[in-house]
Amino acid sequence: MKLQTFPQGGVHPHDRKKLTRSVPIRSIPQPEALTVALHQHIGAPAAAAVEPGDTVVEGQVIGTAGGFVSTNVHAPLSGTVKEITNVYLPNGIRSAAVVIDVTSETAESTESGSGADQPARNGRETKRPDWENMPVKELIQELSNMGIVGMGGATFPTHVKFSIPKGSRAELFVVNGVECEPYLSGDHRLMLERTEDIFAGIRVIRKILSPERVIIAVENNKPDAIAQLSKRAAVEGAEVVPLKVKYPQGDEKQILKALTGKEVPSGGLPIDIGAVVSNVGTVISVYEAIVMRRPLIERAVTVSGSAVVSPSNLRVRVGTPLGALVEACGGFSGVPAKVVVGGPMMGFAVHDLDMPVTKGTSGVLALTSEEIGESRRTPCIGCGGCIAACPLGLNPTRLFKLVDHMDYQRAADEGLMDCKECGCCAFTCPAHIPLVQGMKLGKRIVVQRKKKDSA
Amino acid sequence: MTTVASKRITPSPQMHKATSTAGIMWTVSACLAPALLWGVYVFGFGALLVVAVSVVACVLVEWGMGALLSKRTLNDGSAVLTGLLIGMNMPPELPLYIPVVAAIVAIAIVKWTFGGLGSNWMNPALAGRVFVFFSWTGHMTSWKMPATLSGAAGVDSVSGATMLSSVKSGLFNYGGSAAGPAAMLSEQGYPRSNLDVRLVQSIGDLLEPLGVRFQRGYVDMFVGNIPGCIGEVSALLLLLGFVVLLARKIVSWHIPLSYCASFGLLVWALGGTRFGGGLFSGNVYFHLFTGGLMLGALYMATDMVTSPLTGKGMIIFGVGAGVMTFLVRFFGSFPEGVSLAIIFMNVFVPLIDRYTGPKRFGMQNKEGTS
Repeated sequence: MKLQTFPQGGVHPHDRKKLTRSVPIRSIPQPEALTVALHQHIGAPAAAAVEPGDTVVEGQVIGTAGGFVSTNVHAPLSGTVKEITNVYLPNGIRSAAVVIDVTSETAESTESGSGADQPARNGRETKRPDWENMPVKELIQELSNMGIVGMGGATFPTHVKFSIPKGSRAELFVVNGVECEPYLSGDHRLMLERTEDIFAGIRVIRKILSPERVIIAVENNKPDAIAQLSKRAAVEGAEVVPLKVKYPQGDEKQILKALTGKEVPSGGLPIDIGAVVSNVGTVISVYEAIVMRRPLIERAVTVSGSAVVSPSNLRVRVGTPLGALVEACGGFSGVPAKVVVGGPMMGFAVHDLDMPVTKGTSGVLALTSEEIGESRRTPCIGCGGCIAACPLGLNPTRLFKLVDHMDYQRAADEGLMDCKECGCCAFTCPAHIPLVQGMKLGKRIVVQRKKKDSA
Repeated sequence: MTTVASKRITPSPQMHKATSTAGIMWTVSACLAPALLWGVYVFGFGALLVVAVSVVACVLVEWGMGALLSKRTLNDGSAVLTGLLIGMNMPPELPLYIPVVAAIVAIAIVKWTFGGLGSNWMNPALAGRVFVFFSWTGHMTSWKMPATLSGAAGVDSVSGATMLSSVKSGLFNYGGSAAGPAAMLSEQGYPRSNLDVRLVQSIGDLLEPLGVRFQRGYVDMFVGNIPGCIGEVSALLLLLGFVVLLARKIVSWHIPLSYCASFGLLVWALGGTRFGGGLFSGNVYFHLFTGGLMLGALYMATDMVTSPLTGKGMIIFGVGAGVMTFLVRFFGSFPEGVSLAIIFMNVFVPLIDRYTGPKRFGMQNKEGTS
């Protein structure tokens, strides 16, 4: 059978997943302090619920949701609150953060890590055997309580996504195991190492969304994951669909186009075509939150790139400084040309390795200049490469020029706000014009102007 | 604060495909090289001199304009490519100030007055060529027989005429009985190489059962044993270079295919009438592989700056160029129409681009659901 993919646009960057895909996820030594940002999801930041000097236990709420589109934030490890300060996060957001000194604690938890077989921690009750009898509303509320957000990188609060608007129905639930960003292999490892938990998570989500179909979508550069998931899928009533490798297939709009042929309307959400998409990591944390009563306090992070001594997949507590991850992988081999948090296509370049891991940190990459492939910028030569690469059918070179000429209204009319910032255009451009970068700027300005107008 | 030694803070994407403008320009230049070398081989050192002068002139003018406007553009490779294309579009022997003037028109006027690389609306090399063509038409249409034909019968009798111009002038007062251009040339005693003598028969025998007539001169036209511009004669080597460009995804098939297909279709449908044949009896092979069509359709019409952005637009552009080439070749006063056709279509590119944008995702069901 011919493998499915989305038809329009997309690019094929060198995926370089070989560096880490066969490296099992492992824990790292516990850092001395954790810096837990209160704004690590899309939406309103959480409000600090602790004060300096407080003792916190692992899993305790330290920040309470600041609205509907927001979630709780928990203490990733037990310790003492040293201070509440402001930090910059990799994505450029300045956020309040709770700094927890964990040296006072016995090095209890990091090595034992997480997992389905985790016994009771810190005397708290863990398992929730009766979750199936809970009403859907409570289950969704519990996701917010447990701080569950999308772990593909966008960190959209999961309880919001699962609160289906009136009149809509989630006929299709997609487990997103595409992992189309180069280098990253955390989701790949999760699918291999925590297959059971994924299906357990699907059972919980079935209860919440009651979809007719559940599809686990995996790009076919992960054949072992496809094989392993397929073994269980039939029993669980889910389908595993291998997809042809193409970036940005992990985007909701593209994955749904590839699977169903339907297009999420411009400006709309997947639920507009009766679908909900969640990343594999999110599905596992839904299971942990509901069945194991374990809040989202750690995640899998791929540390990779040619400037890292031993690229690995790590299980890391939220709030761990990036430097600790690099150290756990043997440090840098030479001076990296760029350090990137996330994947290389949509991730953020950072200079400060004290920045903390957040719920959305899927990777830490130390890239050499060969890997970056920079070149001098020249004028647009009209090759049309960006148009051919855009999965949303936009005309990036024109939108870039419109933004450059500050004709924002026209740019918005021609689809600027549809841009998902996947970066295919800028990646492709032989003239090395910062196309998507310009469009991001344009989007921000359009949003600001709208706010101003309505104010 | 632990700081990474490198302070490169850039918005995403953090990696880039291994492409660059200069890379494209140099690759196209390299793909033109075999056809150029063939031209030098059959037309002699003089041909190399013409191309060298035009490349050097283009580079100097580019440097001069850059210096004037304090921009450094030499290393984008575009001036060398323009120079190559101008040189390859020249007859093998002509006064060397002609390529220099062509270079000045191409680079200084057509390219830089509009803002340099990427801003010109007309293909610079073609503009330069057309300018000097109409300024020194005599020099621009005095040809030389390829060395591979020397010694062949009839070389002296038609020296100074390309196949297309022989046919065009032959048709003014035609009383012969040839059914097509190839037969007409053979009637005129147009010279052919030994290779042609040897191969046409055997290829013809092979193709006969298929109902295809492989005629005298066909091998010469394809390989490049014909008079013409330095770089246009070898269809074989031009195609070879083009395959490399296709494989490296530097050009797409849209323009060359739609150009050649629309042109070929018109020649096939209407081209035979000039010889008293009915409709659908034109000689497509002859018209595809003589004159500047291969060089034009594969390398000049595909110039990124002066061609449309999307596949749809490129097809419209190619079809337009095909139709124009047909009109000029068959009904114009010149035997050749490729340069004029491409420049004519260059004018329409902004208009074509306006109406052939990509299809936006999620627009067909914007109102309501699924």
